Amino acid sequence: MALSTSRCADVLLLRPKGRIDHNNAEEFADAVKPYLADCKAGGDSLIFDLSELEYISSAGLRVLMLVSKNVGPNGGKVALAQPQRVVGEILQISRFKYVFPIHDTVAAGIAALSPDAAAAYART
Amino acid sequence: MRVRFWGTRGSLPVALTAAELRMRMARALVAARGRKFSGQREAESFLDELPRGWAHTWGGHSSCVQIELDGPRDQAREFVLCDLGSGVRRFGQELLATLGRDMRCTFHVFMSHLHWDHIMGFPFFTPAYLPGNTVRIYGGHANLRAAFERQQDAPSFPVPLSALGARLEFVQLEPDRRYDIAGLNVKAKLQRHSGGSYGFRFERNGRAVVYSTDSEHTLEAREEIDGFVDFFRDADLVIFDAMYSLADVMTVKADWGHSSNVVGVELCQLAGARHLALYHHEPIFGDERIAEIEAETRRLEEITRAGRSPLQVTAAWDGLEIEL
Ligand SMILES: [Zn+2]
Ligand SMILES: [Zn+2]
Repeated sequence: MALSTSRCADVLLLRPKGRIDHNNAEEFADAVKPYLADCKAGGDSLIFDLSELEYISSAGLRVLMLVSKNVGPNGGKVALAQPQRVVGEILQISRFKYVFPIHDTVAAGIAALSPDAAAAYART
Repeated sequence: MRVRFWGTRGSLPVALTAAELRMRMARALVAARGRKFSGQREAESFLDELPRGWAHTWGGHSSCVQIELDGPRDQAREFVLCDLGSGVRRFGQELLATLGRDMRCTFHVFMSHLHWDHIMGFPFFTPAYLPGNTVRIYGGHANLRAAFERQQDAPSFPVPLSALGARLEFVQLEPDRRYDIAGLNVKAKLQRHSGGSYGFRFERNGRAVVYSTDSEHTLEAREEIDGFVDFFRDADLVIFDAMYSLADVMTVKADWGHSSNVVGVELCQLAGARHLALYHHEPIFGDERIAEIEAETRRLEEITRAGRSPLQVTAAWDGLEIEL
Protein backbone atom coordinates (compact mmCIF):
# COMPACT_ATOMS: atom_id res chain seq x y z
CA MET A 1 0.00 0.00 0.00
CA ALA A 2 1.24 3.45 -0.87
CA LEU A 3 -0.61 6.73 -0.44
CA SER A 4 -0.09 9.76 -2.66
CA THR A 5 -1.94 13.01 -2.17
CA SER A 6 -2.72 16.28 -3.86
CA ARG A 7 -4.98 19.20 -3.13
CA CYS A 8 -7.52 21.12 -5.20
CA ALA A 9 -8.68 24.19 -3.27
CA ASP A 10 -10.66 22.91 -0.29
CA VAL A 11 -10.65 19.25 -1.39
CA LEU A 12 -7.90 16.86 -0.50
CA LEU A 13 -7.26 14.00 -2.88
CA LEU A 14 -5.92 10.78 -1.40
CA ARG A 15 -4.81 8.06 -3.76
CA PRO A 16 -4.11 4.68 -2.10
CA LYS A 17 -2.36 2.19 -4.32
CA GLY A 18 -2.14 -1.59 -4.12
CA ARG A 19 -3.91 -3.66 -1.45
CA ILE A 20 -5.28 -2.70 1.94
CA ASP A 21 -5.85 -5.73 4.15
CA HIS A 22 -5.59 -6.75 7.80
CA ASN A 23 -1.81 -6.60 7.63
CA ASN A 24 -1.48 -3.00 6.55
CA ALA A 25 -4.77 -1.29 7.45
CA GLU A 26 -3.09 0.33 10.42
CA GLU A 27 -0.36 1.66 8.17
CA PHE A 28 -3.10 3.08 5.93
CA ALA A 29 -4.76 4.70 8.96
CA ASP A 30 -1.46 6.24 10.04
CA ALA A 31 -0.80 7.53 6.53
CA VAL A 32 -4.22 9.21 6.37
CA LYS A 33 -4.14 10.68 9.88
CA PRO A 34 -2.05 13.84 9.21
CA TYR A 35 -4.53 14.95 6.53
CA LEU A 36 -7.46 14.56 8.87
CA ALA A 37 -6.05 17.36 11.01
CA ASP A 38 -6.24 19.70 7.98
CA CYS A 39 -9.81 18.72 7.33
CA LYS A 40 -10.71 19.18 10.95
CA ALA A 41 -9.15 22.62 11.13
CA GLY A 42 -10.47 23.97 7.86
CA GLY A 43 -13.61 21.93 7.22
CA ASP A 44 -12.04 20.62 4.02
CA SER A 45 -13.47 17.64 2.19
CA LEU A 46 -11.70 14.46 1.23
CA ILE A 47 -11.89 12.33 -1.85
CA PHE A 48 -10.35 8.91 -2.18
CA ASP A 49 -9.24 8.20 -5.73
CA LEU A 50 -9.53 4.40 -5.82
CA SER A 51 -8.34 3.93 -9.39
CA GLU A 52 -5.13 2.26 -8.25
CA LEU A 53 -6.53 0.33 -5.31
CA GLU A 54 -6.69 -3.40 -6.06
CA TYR A 55 -8.30 -4.70 -2.88
CA ILE A 56 -9.68 -3.43 0.40
CA SER A 57 -10.62 -5.62 3.37
CA SER A 58 -13.04 -4.85 6.20
CA ALA A 59 -10.14 -3.40 8.18
CA GLY A 60 -9.47 -0.91 5.36
CA LEU A 61 -13.15 -0.02 5.13
CA ARG A 62 -13.08 0.63 8.86
CA VAL A 63 -10.38 3.24 8.26
CA LEU A 64 -12.59 4.96 5.66
CA MET A 65 -15.37 4.97 8.25
CA LEU A 66 -13.13 6.51 10.89
CA VAL A 67 -12.07 9.16 8.39
CA SER A 68 -15.67 10.13 7.73
CA LYS A 69 -16.42 10.25 11.47
CA ASN A 70 -13.50 12.65 11.89
CA VAL A 71 -14.18 14.88 8.91
CA GLY A 72 -17.96 15.01 9.07
CA PRO A 73 -18.48 17.01 12.27
CA ASN A 74 -16.47 19.93 10.87
CA GLY A 75 -18.54 20.24 7.75
CA GLY A 76 -16.18 18.29 5.48
CA LYS A 77 -17.43 15.48 3.30
CA VAL A 78 -15.85 12.21 2.23
CA ALA A 79 -16.37 10.72 -1.21
CA LEU A 80 -14.93 7.81 -3.15
CA ALA A 81 -14.13 7.86 -6.84
CA GLN A 82 -13.27 5.56 -9.69
CA PRO A 83 -13.05 2.19 -7.95
CA GLN A 84 -11.68 -0.76 -9.91
CA ARG A 85 -14.12 -3.60 -10.53
CA VAL A 86 -13.16 -5.72 -7.50
CA VAL A 87 -13.17 -2.80 -5.07
CA GLY A 88 -16.45 -1.61 -6.58
CA GLU A 89 -17.99 -5.01 -5.90
CA ILE A 90 -16.63 -5.04 -2.35
CA LEU A 91 -18.26 -1.64 -1.77
CA GLN A 92 -21.55 -3.07 -3.04
CA ILE A 93 -21.42 -6.34 -1.08
CA SER A 94 -20.38 -4.63 2.16
CA ARG A 95 -23.14 -2.00 1.57
CA PHE A 96 -20.51 0.74 1.91
CA LYS A 97 -21.91 2.19 -1.28
CA TYR A 98 -24.78 3.43 0.89
CA VAL A 99 -22.38 5.03 3.36
CA PHE A 100 -20.21 6.99 0.93
CA PRO A 101 -21.07 8.67 -2.35
CA ILE A 102 -19.17 6.82 -5.07
CA HIS A 103 -18.35 8.64 -8.28
CA ASP A 104 -17.31 7.15 -11.59
CA THR A 105 -14.50 9.65 -12.04
CA VAL A 106 -12.39 11.82 -9.76
CA ALA A 107 -13.56 14.91 -11.67
CA ALA A 108 -17.20 14.07 -10.98
CA GLY A 109 -16.41 13.45 -7.31
CA ILE A 110 -14.64 16.77 -6.92
CA ALA A 111 -17.38 18.61 -8.77
CA ALA A 112 -19.92 17.16 -6.35
CA LEU A 113 -17.88 18.27 -3.32
CA SER A 114 -16.84 21.81 -4.20
CA PRO A 115 -17.12 24.16 -7.22
CA ASP A 116 -13.82 25.86 -6.23
CA ALA A 117 -12.05 22.55 -6.20
CA ALA A 118 -13.64 21.55 -9.50
CA ALA A 119 -12.29 24.71 -11.10
CA ALA A 120 -8.84 24.06 -9.65
CA TYR A 121 -8.97 20.42 -10.78
CA ALA A 122 -9.89 21.49 -14.35
CA ARG A 123 -6.72 23.58 -14.46
CA THR A 124 -4.46 20.66 -13.48
CA MET B 1 -20.00 -35.99 11.23
CA ARG B 2 -23.11 -34.42 9.82
CA VAL B 3 -24.47 -31.01 10.72
CA ARG B 4 -28.22 -30.44 10.71
CA PHE B 5 -29.69 -26.98 10.99
CA TRP B 6 -32.98 -26.83 12.91
CA GLY B 7 -33.12 -23.07 13.37
CA THR B 8 -31.09 -20.45 11.51
CA ARG B 9 -32.90 -17.17 12.18
CA GLY B 10 -31.55 -14.52 14.52
CA SER B 11 -33.28 -12.72 17.36
CA LEU B 12 -36.89 -13.72 16.72
CA PRO B 13 -38.66 -16.54 14.88
CA VAL B 14 -40.46 -15.51 11.71
CA ALA B 15 -42.77 -17.17 9.17
CA LEU B 16 -43.75 -16.61 5.58
CA THR B 17 -46.94 -14.59 5.43
CA ALA B 18 -50.05 -15.53 3.45
CA ALA B 19 -49.48 -12.57 1.12
CA GLU B 20 -45.90 -13.66 0.40
CA LEU B 21 -46.95 -17.23 -0.24
CA ARG B 22 -49.70 -16.19 -2.66
CA MET B 23 -47.36 -13.83 -4.47
CA ARG B 24 -44.81 -16.62 -4.89
CA MET B 25 -47.33 -19.19 -6.08
CA ALA B 26 -48.73 -16.77 -8.63
CA ARG B 27 -45.23 -15.93 -9.79
CA ALA B 28 -44.33 -19.60 -10.24
CA LEU B 29 -47.55 -20.21 -12.19
CA VAL B 30 -46.78 -17.30 -14.46
CA ALA B 31 -43.21 -18.56 -14.94
CA ALA B 32 -44.55 -21.99 -15.94
CA ARG B 33 -46.18 -20.34 -18.99
CA GLY B 34 -48.79 -23.02 -19.42
CA ARG B 35 -46.34 -25.90 -19.13
CA LYS B 36 -47.97 -29.24 -18.26
CA PHE B 37 -46.70 -31.44 -15.43
CA SER B 38 -47.47 -35.15 -15.20
CA GLY B 39 -47.18 -35.13 -11.43
CA GLN B 40 -45.72 -33.72 -8.25
CA ARG B 41 -42.19 -34.81 -9.09
CA GLU B 42 -42.10 -33.09 -12.47
CA ALA B 43 -43.59 -29.97 -10.93
CA GLU B 44 -40.93 -29.99 -8.23
CA SER B 45 -38.12 -30.27 -10.72
CA PHE B 46 -39.57 -27.24 -12.48
CA LEU B 47 -39.30 -25.38 -9.16
CA ASP B 48 -35.58 -26.16 -9.12
CA GLU B 49 -35.23 -24.14 -12.33
CA LEU B 50 -36.61 -20.99 -10.69
CA PRO B 51 -34.38 -18.38 -9.03
CA ARG B 52 -33.16 -19.51 -5.60
CA GLY B 53 -35.32 -17.16 -3.55
CA TRP B 54 -38.62 -18.10 -5.25
CA ALA B 55 -39.43 -21.69 -4.40
CA HIS B 56 -37.17 -21.98 -1.39
CA THR B 57 -37.52 -20.63 2.11
CA TRP B 58 -34.72 -20.28 4.61
CA GLY B 59 -37.20 -20.84 7.42
CA GLY B 60 -37.77 -18.83 10.50
CA HIS B 61 -36.81 -20.77 13.62
CA SER B 62 -34.28 -19.33 16.00
CA SER B 63 -30.84 -20.85 16.62
CA CYS B 64 -30.48 -24.60 16.93
CA VAL B 65 -27.90 -26.80 15.22
CA GLN B 66 -27.30 -30.51 15.66
CA ILE B 67 -23.95 -32.18 15.23
CA GLU B 68 -24.71 -35.73 14.30
CA LEU B 69 -22.12 -38.35 15.04
CA ASP B 70 -21.55 -41.16 12.56
CA GLY B 71 -23.71 -44.27 12.71
CA PRO B 72 -27.28 -45.17 11.86
CA ARG B 73 -29.74 -42.49 12.89
CA ASP B 74 -32.30 -44.81 14.46
CA GLN B 75 -29.71 -46.37 16.77
CA ALA B 76 -28.29 -43.14 18.13
CA ARG B 77 -28.89 -42.48 21.82
CA GLU B 78 -26.49 -39.59 22.30
CA PHE B 79 -27.15 -36.25 20.65
CA VAL B 80 -25.18 -33.05 20.37
CA LEU B 81 -26.89 -29.70 19.91
CA CYS B 82 -25.82 -26.08 19.81
CA ASP B 83 -28.37 -23.69 21.34
CA LEU B 84 -32.01 -24.26 22.16
CA GLY B 85 -33.83 -21.73 20.02
CA SER B 86 -37.29 -22.46 18.65
CA GLY B 87 -35.75 -24.86 16.09
CA VAL B 88 -35.24 -27.51 18.79
CA ARG B 89 -38.96 -28.24 19.07
CA ARG B 90 -38.98 -29.88 15.65
CA PHE B 91 -35.86 -31.87 16.46
CA GLY B 92 -37.62 -33.23 19.56
CA GLN B 93 -40.78 -34.08 17.60
CA GLU B 94 -38.88 -35.96 14.92
CA LEU B 95 -36.91 -37.89 17.50
CA LEU B 96 -40.07 -38.82 19.33
CA ALA B 97 -41.56 -40.11 16.09
CA THR B 98 -38.47 -42.26 15.46
CA LEU B 99 -37.65 -43.56 18.92
CA GLY B 100 -40.93 -43.38 20.83
CA ARG B 101 -41.46 -42.14 24.38
CA ASP B 102 -39.15 -44.69 26.00
CA MET B 103 -36.14 -43.26 24.20
CA ARG B 104 -33.56 -43.13 27.05
CA CYS B 105 -31.30 -40.64 25.38
CA THR B 106 -28.62 -38.20 26.47
CA PHE B 107 -28.60 -34.73 24.99
CA HIS B 108 -25.41 -32.69 25.13
CA VAL B 109 -26.29 -29.07 24.54
CA PHE B 110 -23.70 -26.32 24.03
CA MET B 111 -25.05 -22.86 24.76
CA SER B 112 -23.51 -19.89 22.98
CA HIS B 113 -25.22 -17.64 25.53
CA LEU B 114 -28.52 -17.20 27.29
CA HIS B 115 -30.33 -14.59 25.24
CA TRP B 116 -33.93 -15.48 24.78
CA ASP B 117 -33.74 -16.45 21.11
CA HIS B 118 -31.23 -19.15 22.07
CA ILE B 119 -33.21 -20.73 24.94
CA MET B 120 -36.84 -20.18 23.91
CA GLY B 121 -37.26 -23.63 22.35
CA PHE B 122 -36.43 -25.58 25.48
CA PRO B 123 -39.88 -25.48 27.15
CA PHE B 124 -41.21 -27.11 23.95
CA PHE B 125 -38.51 -29.78 23.72
CA THR B 126 -40.61 -32.85 24.49
CA PRO B 127 -37.72 -35.22 25.32
CA ALA B 128 -36.96 -33.01 28.36
CA TYR B 129 -40.31 -34.08 29.81
CA LEU B 130 -39.60 -37.81 29.50
CA PRO B 131 -38.10 -39.75 32.42
CA GLY B 132 -35.08 -41.80 31.38
CA ASN B 133 -33.58 -38.98 29.34
CA THR B 134 -30.68 -36.79 30.40
CA VAL B 135 -30.21 -33.24 29.19
CA ARG B 136 -26.74 -31.92 29.95
CA ILE B 137 -26.36 -28.24 29.21
CA TYR B 138 -22.83 -26.89 28.78
CA GLY B 139 -21.81 -23.28 28.50
CA GLY B 140 -19.34 -20.65 29.50
CA HIS B 141 -21.80 -18.62 31.57
CA ALA B 142 -22.07 -19.11 35.31
CA ASN B 143 -25.83 -18.54 35.41
CA LEU B 144 -26.92 -21.29 33.00
CA ARG B 145 -29.46 -22.89 35.35
CA ALA B 146 -30.91 -19.57 36.48
CA ALA B 147 -31.68 -18.52 32.88
CA PHE B 148 -33.56 -21.76 32.18
CA GLU B 149 -35.37 -21.60 35.51
CA ARG B 150 -36.50 -18.06 35.00
CA GLN B 151 -37.82 -18.82 31.54
CA GLN B 152 -40.17 -21.47 32.92
CA ASP B 153 -41.17 -19.76 36.17
CA ALA B 154 -44.66 -18.32 36.63
CA PRO B 155 -46.07 -16.23 35.12
CA SER B 156 -44.04 -16.95 31.96
CA PHE B 157 -44.72 -20.69 31.58
CA PRO B 158 -46.99 -23.25 33.25
CA VAL B 159 -44.36 -25.96 33.92
CA PRO B 160 -41.39 -25.05 36.11
CA LEU B 161 -37.97 -26.44 35.23
CA SER B 162 -38.02 -28.58 38.39
CA ALA B 163 -41.05 -30.49 37.07
CA LEU B 164 -39.32 -31.85 33.94
CA GLY B 165 -39.10 -35.64 33.77
CA ALA B 166 -35.62 -35.81 32.31
CA ARG B 167 -32.51 -35.54 34.41
CA LEU B 168 -31.16 -32.02 33.94
CA GLU B 169 -27.52 -31.10 34.44
CA PHE B 170 -25.63 -27.87 33.93
CA VAL B 171 -21.90 -27.87 33.28
CA GLN B 172 -19.85 -24.69 33.12
CA LEU B 173 -16.94 -24.86 30.66
CA GLU B 174 -13.80 -22.79 30.74
CA PRO B 175 -12.87 -21.07 27.50
CA ASP B 176 -9.72 -22.08 25.62
CA ARG B 177 -9.60 -25.50 27.29
CA ARG B 178 -10.08 -28.80 25.50
CA TYR B 179 -12.83 -31.13 26.68
CA ASP B 180 -13.84 -34.60 25.51
CA ILE B 181 -17.61 -34.71 25.42
CA ALA B 182 -19.78 -37.26 23.62
CA GLY B 183 -16.86 -38.40 21.52
CA LEU B 184 -16.05 -34.87 20.41
CA ASN B 185 -13.07 -32.76 21.28
CA VAL B 186 -14.60 -29.41 22.25
CA LYS B 187 -13.09 -25.99 22.84
CA ALA B 188 -14.98 -22.82 23.77
CA LYS B 189 -13.99 -19.27 22.88
CA LEU B 190 -15.26 -16.08 24.47
CA GLN B 191 -16.80 -13.70 21.90
CA ARG B 192 -17.85 -10.06 21.85
CA HIS B 193 -21.59 -9.83 22.54
CA SER B 194 -23.80 -8.26 25.17
CA GLY B 195 -23.18 -10.34 28.30
CA GLY B 196 -20.54 -12.34 26.41
CA SER B 197 -21.09 -15.33 24.15
CA TYR B 198 -19.07 -18.46 23.43
CA GLY B 199 -18.13 -20.07 20.15
CA PHE B 200 -17.46 -23.80 20.08
CA ARG B 201 -15.02 -25.78 18.01
CA PHE B 202 -15.82 -29.49 17.70
CA GLU B 203 -13.30 -31.99 16.39
CA ARG B 204 -13.60 -35.67 15.67
CA ASN B 205 -11.66 -38.03 13.40
CA GLY B 206 -9.74 -35.21 11.77
CA ARG B 207 -12.87 -33.18 11.02
CA ALA B 208 -13.67 -29.81 12.59
CA VAL B 209 -16.87 -27.77 12.90
CA VAL B 210 -17.02 -24.31 14.43
CA TYR B 211 -20.23 -22.85 15.81
CA SER B 212 -19.71 -19.11 16.21
CA THR B 213 -22.86 -17.06 16.56
CA ASP B 214 -23.82 -13.80 18.24
CA SER B 215 -20.30 -12.50 17.89
CA GLU B 216 -19.20 -9.05 16.81
CA HIS B 217 -15.80 -8.53 15.23
CA THR B 218 -14.25 -5.10 15.23
CA LEU B 219 -10.99 -6.55 13.85
CA GLU B 220 -9.10 -3.58 15.26
CA ALA B 221 -6.63 -5.54 17.36
CA ARG B 222 -4.26 -8.03 15.80
CA GLU B 223 -4.86 -10.46 18.71
CA GLU B 224 -8.59 -10.47 17.98
CA ILE B 225 -8.05 -11.46 14.36
CA ASP B 226 -5.38 -14.03 15.22
CA GLY B 227 -7.60 -15.52 17.93
CA PHE B 228 -10.47 -16.16 15.53
CA VAL B 229 -8.23 -17.29 12.69
CA ASP B 230 -6.77 -19.86 15.08
CA PHE B 231 -10.22 -20.91 16.25
CA PHE B 232 -11.44 -21.37 12.64
CA ARG B 233 -8.16 -22.89 11.43
CA ASP B 234 -8.67 -25.51 8.66
CA ALA B 235 -12.27 -26.07 9.79
CA ASP B 236 -14.45 -28.14 7.48
CA LEU B 237 -17.39 -25.92 8.38
CA VAL B 238 -17.72 -22.56 10.12
CA ILE B 239 -21.22 -21.58 11.21
CA PHE B 240 -20.99 -17.80 11.39
CA ASP B 241 -23.17 -14.95 12.60
CA ALA B 242 -23.70 -12.94 9.40
CA MET B 243 -26.76 -11.05 10.55
CA TYR B 244 -25.87 -7.58 9.29
CA SER B 245 -24.01 -5.98 6.43
CA LEU B 246 -20.48 -4.80 7.19
CA ALA B 247 -21.56 -1.17 6.75
CA ASP B 248 -24.34 -1.62 9.30
CA VAL B 249 -21.99 -3.28 11.80
CA MET B 250 -19.69 -0.27 11.53
CA THR B 251 -22.39 2.39 11.70
CA VAL B 252 -25.93 2.16 13.09
CA LYS B 253 -25.52 -1.36 14.46
CA ALA B 254 -22.07 -0.98 16.00
CA ASP B 255 -21.98 -2.70 19.42
CA TRP B 256 -25.17 -4.65 18.69
CA GLY B 257 -23.09 -7.80 19.00
CA HIS B 258 -23.32 -9.26 15.50
CA SER B 259 -21.15 -9.72 12.46
CA SER B 260 -21.34 -9.74 8.67
CA ASN B 261 -20.85 -11.96 5.65
CA VAL B 262 -17.79 -9.95 4.63
CA VAL B 263 -15.95 -10.60 7.89
CA GLY B 264 -17.05 -14.25 7.73
CA VAL B 265 -15.39 -14.64 4.34
CA GLU B 266 -12.23 -12.84 5.44
CA LEU B 267 -11.77 -14.87 8.62
CA CYS B 268 -12.48 -18.16 6.84
CA GLN B 269 -10.02 -17.27 4.09
CA LEU B 270 -7.31 -16.37 6.59
CA ALA B 271 -8.01 -19.59 8.49
CA GLY B 272 -8.12 -21.84 5.45
CA ALA B 273 -11.63 -23.05 6.32
CA ARG B 274 -13.51 -25.03 3.65
CA HIS B 275 -17.15 -24.11 4.10
CA LEU B 276 -18.80 -21.00 5.52
CA ALA B 277 -22.42 -21.25 6.65
CA LEU B 278 -24.06 -17.82 7.02
CA TYR B 279 -26.21 -18.01 10.13
CA HIS B 280 -28.47 -16.03 12.51
CA HIS B 281 -30.28 -14.32 9.62
CA GLU B 282 -31.85 -10.93 10.26
CA PRO B 283 -35.60 -11.51 10.86
CA ILE B 284 -36.50 -8.55 8.66
CA PHE B 285 -34.95 -10.25 5.62
CA GLY B 286 -37.19 -12.19 3.26
CA ASP B 287 -35.99 -15.15 1.24
CA GLU B 288 -35.08 -13.10 -1.80
CA ARG B 289 -32.85 -10.88 0.30
CA ILE B 290 -31.11 -13.89 1.86
CA ALA B 291 -30.68 -15.42 -1.60
CA GLU B 292 -29.08 -12.16 -2.73
CA ILE B 293 -26.73 -12.12 0.28
CA GLU B 294 -25.76 -15.74 -0.40
CA ALA B 295 -25.01 -14.97 -4.06
CA GLU B 296 -23.04 -11.84 -3.16
CA THR B 297 -21.04 -13.66 -0.50
CA ARG B 298 -20.13 -16.36 -3.02
CA ARG B 299 -19.09 -13.65 -5.42
CA LEU B 300 -16.97 -11.94 -2.76
CA GLU B 301 -15.19 -15.21 -2.04
CA GLU B 302 -14.55 -15.67 -5.72
CA ILE B 303 -13.10 -12.22 -6.43
CA THR B 304 -10.91 -12.25 -3.30
CA ARG B 305 -9.76 -15.87 -3.49
CA ALA B 306 -6.27 -14.97 -4.72
CA GLY B 307 -4.88 -18.44 -5.28
CA ARG B 308 -6.41 -20.02 -2.18
CA SER B 309 -8.52 -23.15 -2.50
CA PRO B 310 -12.19 -22.23 -2.84
CA LEU B 311 -14.30 -21.57 0.23
CA GLN B 312 -17.82 -22.92 -0.15
CA VAL B 313 -20.52 -20.51 1.02
CA THR B 314 -24.06 -21.46 2.04
CA ALA B 315 -26.74 -19.34 3.66
CA ALA B 316 -27.93 -21.93 6.20
CA TRP B 317 -31.63 -22.77 6.25
CA ASP B 318 -33.92 -24.70 8.56
CA GLY B 319 -33.60 -28.28 7.35
CA LEU B 320 -30.17 -28.00 5.75
CA GLU B 321 -27.82 -30.94 6.31
CA ILE B 322 -24.10 -30.72 5.65
CA GLU B 323 -22.05 -33.88 5.50
CA LEU B 324 -18.44 -33.57 6.61
ZN1 LIG C 1 -29.13 -14.47 18.92
ZN1 LIG D 1 -27.52 -12.70 21.57
